[in-house]
Amino acid sequence: MKASNTKSVSYFFIALFFIFFSFINNSFSENSEAESQQNKKEEFNAGKMIIEHIVDNHEWHIAEYDGKTYSIPLPIILYDKGEISCFMSSQFHHGEKAYNGYKLEMEGKHKGKIVKVDANGVVDEAADLPLDFSITKNVLSLFISVFLLCWIFLSMARRYKKRENMAPKGLQSMVEPLILFIRDDIAKSSIGEKRYARYMPFLLTVFFFIFLNNLMGLIPFFPGGANLTGNIAVTMVMALFTFVITTFSGNKHYWKEIYNAPGVPWWLKIPIPLMPLVEVIGVITKPFVLMVRLFANITAGHIIALGFISLIFIFGAISTGAGYGFSIVSVFFYIFMGLLELLVAFIQAYVFTLLSALYFGMASAEHHETAH
Amino acid sequence: MELVNPGIGLIFWMTLSFLFLVLILGRYAWKPIMKMLHERESKIDEALNQAEKAREEMKHLKFSNEELLKEAKEERDAMLRDARMVREKLIEEARLKASEEANRIVESAKESIHYEKMQALTELKNQIAVLSIEIAEKLIQEQLVKDDKQDQLIEKFLSNINFN
Repeated sequence: MKASNTKSVSYFFIALFFIFFSFINNSFSENSEAESQQNKKEEFNAGKMIIEHIVDNHEWHIAEYDGKTYSIPLPIILYDKGEISCFMSSQFHHGEKAYNGYKLEMEGKHKGKIVKVDANGVVDEAADLPLDFSITKNVLSLFISVFLLCWIFLSMARRYKKRENMAPKGLQSMVEPLILFIRDDIAKSSIGEKRYARYMPFLLTVFFFIFLNNLMGLIPFFPGGANLTGNIAVTMVMALFTFVITTFSGNKHYWKEIYNAPGVPWWLKIPIPLMPLVEVIGVITKPFVLMVRLFANITAGHIIALGFISLIFIFGAISTGAGYGFSIVSVFFYIFMGLLELLVAFIQAYVFTLLSALYFGMASAEHHETAH
Repeated sequence: MELVNPGIGLIFWMTLSFLFLVLILGRYAWKPIMKMLHERESKIDEALNQAEKAREEMKHLKFSNEELLKEAKEERDAMLRDARMVREKLIEEARLKASEEANRIVESAKESIHYEKMQALTELKNQIAVLSIEIAEKLIQEQLVKDDKQDQLIEKFLSNINFN
């Protein structure tokens, strides 16, 4: 069977291609009609295509043209019972072939994961999955964003040193308001003038990391396009950082609030420690909510944007004319969603940073004013 | 479902990358940037304060300048007034002195005129006396030639003299 995940990515590009040319060139319509008929035959599954777009992948798909798939192969790093194996994902031939006793599962329970196969190429159901430390699409995207962030801010730091006590210039004047915003409106107001400086490196890093990756996720081709901040592993790690920092900066007041909340009737604490239980759950819920909010918002944005594009093909499957007709509406909505996502990209970065700052502030506050 | 199932690989790389990012950016980017921003802010604050102070000082200076000018003007006026007064006094004095002098000159002139006049009169008197005497002599010489006449005259004189 042909690799459908690689194909579905191409639908997206074909769609963009179609839309572009149907506006400017009528003579192109014959050709594109033929292609859309081809699409119809292959039974377009919008749900599958969307999910394949927003989850991780072992190769970075660029385009599909004339039945050939063009993608960037990514390194696969597997750890299985003390044994490490590294090779390029191109060895799998988009899931068609097994390599070195491993296979990229394309269907079923372990879809998209690497599974072990025996000598005959049959999937070993009994064996555990190998630990997959591969440089996947999201990991590569992560590295690109880390590189970009380092590049931007290290050069900016140099610029600050060079232009000491001078007005900001260029990129500085774009980023400086954000830095000041995080410092004054997030850190200072939620943590307090005295202790905010300690948390600034984390808050700034988290804000710019989320913001940059949200924006990169909106770019539909190569350096962007990965759904990094819409991946639960990424948001989980960031939420865990917030949790660990909150826990370690918790002072006596903070812990006292948890184990012996003031202003609560005693019978809620003794004999059944109801309130402490609620407080402990609250401690865990806070980072959990951070994780889910970012993940859900970004993923939902991607799903909606992809949904509008899918609509073209769904209508195209009904009739070619409907597909063309709806493409105009779809593109309009896609642009609208794109603009909305730009806003969401900022808001989610802001919310994550603000809530982290609030948690740090609560944990380190000397006099708990926020109680009751 | 894969969507909500975090993969170990991504967790591993994300933890590593994010830790790296926080440490590197924290050490080499955020620290100097925050420091510079803080420095610049305090510089701006300082500059604003200084400007305010300078403005205050300028105001003060202007005020004292005006005061000084006013004082100078007053002093000048006073000096002018004094000078005028002195001048007037001097003129007055001079006039007084002059008139006094004139008076004195006139007086002395009058005196000397009087004196001269008296002298002239005296001289005239003397002259007249001498002349009279001479005339008298001549007359007497003529008269005395005759004795009776002599006696007559002696008698006349004698009668005029009062013996008391």
